Amino acid sequence: MSAVSADAARPGRRTAQTLIAYVQDRPGALNRVVSLFRRRGFNIDSLTVGRTERAGISRLTLVVQADDETAHRLESNLYKLVDILHVEDVSETAAVTRELAFVKVATPAERRSELLQLCATFRARVVDMAPSSIIVEITGAPEKLDGLIEVLRPFGILEMVRTGAVAMVRGPQPGSLPEVLDPEVLEVAT
Amino acid sequence: MSQSAAAHQERTTPREAPAPKTGAQIVWEALVREGVDVVFGYPGGAIMPTYDALPGYPVRHVLVRHEQGAAHMADGYARASGRVGVCIATSGPGATNLVTGIATAMLDSSPMVCITGQVSSTALGTDAFQEVDITGITLPITKHSYLVTRAEEVGPTLREAFALARSGRPGPVLVDITKDAQQGRAVFDGEAPPLRLPRRPPLRAAHGDLARAAALIDAAERPLILAGQGVVKAEASELLRAFVEKTGIPVASTLLGLGGFPASHPLSLGMMGMHGEAWVNTSLQESDLLIALGMRFDDRVTGKLQTFAVHAKKIHAEIDPSEINKNVKVDVALPGNLKTTLEQLLPAVQPRARAQWVERISALRSEASGRDVQSIPDNGRLLAPHVLHDLWKLTEGKALVVTDVGQHQMWEAQYYKHERPRSLLTSGGLGTMGFALPAAMGARFARPRDEIWVIAGDGGFQMTNCELTTCAQEGLKINIAIINNGYLGMVRQWQEFFYNRRYVATPLRSPDFVLLAQAHGLTGLRVTRRDEIPAAVERARADPGTVVIDFRVEQEEAVYPMVPANADLRDMIRRPALEVDP
Repeated sequence: MSAVSADAARPGRRTAQTLIAYVQDRPGALNRVVSLFRRRGFNIDSLTVGRTERAGISRLTLVVQADDETAHRLESNLYKLVDILHVEDVSETAAVTRELAFVKVATPAERRSELLQLCATFRARVVDMAPSSIIVEITGAPEKLDGLIEVLRPFGILEMVRTGAVAMVRGPQPGSLPEVLDPEVLEVAT
Repeated sequence: MSQSAAAHQERTTPREAPAPKTGAQIVWEALVREGVDVVFGYPGGAIMPTYDALPGYPVRHVLVRHEQGAAHMADGYARASGRVGVCIATSGPGATNLVTGIATAMLDSSPMVCITGQVSSTALGTDAFQEVDITGITLPITKHSYLVTRAEEVGPTLREAFALARSGRPGPVLVDITKDAQQGRAVFDGEAPPLRLPRRPPLRAAHGDLARAAALIDAAERPLILAGQGVVKAEASELLRAFVEKTGIPVASTLLGLGGFPASHPLSLGMMGMHGEAWVNTSLQESDLLIALGMRFDDRVTGKLQTFAVHAKKIHAEIDPSEINKNVKVDVALPGNLKTTLEQLLPAVQPRARAQWVERISALRSEASGRDVQSIPDNGRLLAPHVLHDLWKLTEGKALVVTDVGQHQMWEAQYYKHERPRSLLTSGGLGTMGFALPAAMGARFARPRDEIWVIAGDGGFQMTNCELTTCAQEGLKINIAIINNGYLGMVRQWQEFFYNRRYVATPLRSPDFVLLAQAHGLTGLRVTRRDEIPAAVERARADPGTVVIDFRVEQEEAVYPMVPANADLRDMIRRPALEVDP
């Protein structure tokens, strides 16, 4: 985390920036967010979307490769979308970031125990075992997933899927979603 | 009936429950509530219920000849008035024909609501006859695009659409209404429903940043103000003038900023950028502080970014925070409404005169006047810049000028001096040929008493000249100056400068514009010599109807100066000094 912050402090340096965006659950809302990335050429590492504690409001976690200024412009651009309720840049905040992956690995019988040991080291779970392959499930920070995938690669990765990261700020305070549908405050909307 | 049941009924049934209206009626009710009195449109299957409901509402409908014209008219109305323009079209091709006009409005931040009919909600997604995903198509060229599938959503959605179109940085909003939503019924009580738009972070310049901006301004020796369209949109012209007179800082304008600061003011420098005045571009590169007000550092303004005003600190006051640090990195960002920002900045800066800097710019200016085409005597051939200059003189600079896109647009910007905001309407960002005539017709409804001149090239005029018929049908009075050089002139100029004079696909044959006017029952005039200009202009001004003047100008004239695309602003192609035709 500290390494990331030091990099981000250097102007112009591109790092993985994590933004959380709350969006009204309406047709086309996700389309608009994705279209913004395409149109403005922002580089998405991952984008996840799911329900929140509030009905009708979804939450996106966006990880982008960007310098600080670009991330700031991305935030401003997101606010131009009517469906977006709130955006929070958690790149510099103490936040828990997790991602899940399934990795199907070729497993010759003679290397199976070696592989299981590796998984145990990474606290990954084996969720399917076939005669010549296993499926490993791992949850963790994206870098941890990268690490496991690197050591699995020599075995032969047959198939892999990663969910993209989700993030939540540490500490007792609730999410920063404000009273979003506040009538007659439009003069500040852009 | 028991007492409590009666009380219950009392509570739940208002005494005069308004009768439900159709979605189509609610469209007009909502438009009237927003103060709309004119819409530009074209009917068709999916919007027919709405057209059928129009009679009886105090809204004038202008039947265009092509939906692109409807969008430009709504845009022109909006630019001329500051209010929201409205256009209306059917589904499918009706909707897609609006697209160029919507993008034009988006790029120039013009507030517009576009209403389109859509196939019934039950047929959505089936590729039904004239079904097209117009909310998807317009997604990147609108502030928002709504799909309305129920009558009860028509009222609240239109309320939201108008509010959104005019809020913050204005722009177009599309409302696509299915046929069954137009036919269905819902209660509309005339009251404005509450807005459902989300809260946004406050857009105000931080106190510390205002202080830093003021300190930079006080310390600057060679500062320049770059005034954009934001000055016009925020109605900040008076404040800008006060700011300029207190600080002694000269003002350069973007194309869309022209009129935001009076051209006759001693500290007004004129236009910057690709076809900006030479003294403006040179002083930009020499300046030590740029104060950018409501402009977005478009590539036509900056030239090559790496060499743009490298010695200058930059202050950027802008209502759209996503524009800040987009093209040019700035030292101080002042987000928010420009009027508010200037109100705060004005008392914070010191009064100063900057005589040395102003003298330096004057020297640059007098060097340039030797190359000015106005110094070329009348040799019997008609030069387009002379037409624009003379038109400015003859109209005393008081006309509302609507230009198309190309050489004539740049000559207009250079030679017609604008004194007031909203006196020049032009497609700057998208550069849409065909904009001028329909935009001027829309402007006519916003400014019924002003003298309006269309300046168009022979190419652009032919892109939307079908609207001349609309103009005649509606009995609108517009003066149309066609700067006719028989070429797509700006492209020809690029071919001359950068493509070895290979004039591929730029020679252009036109109809006889005089006969074309006469075919509409309108007056058509032809001008081939400079000394014929005054009489033609006076005849056009005196004619109660629309007049078309075909100015047959020099064919291979170029706009000078010219900064080639992505070049240093100092690397201008200049008109050779003292060029006199044999």
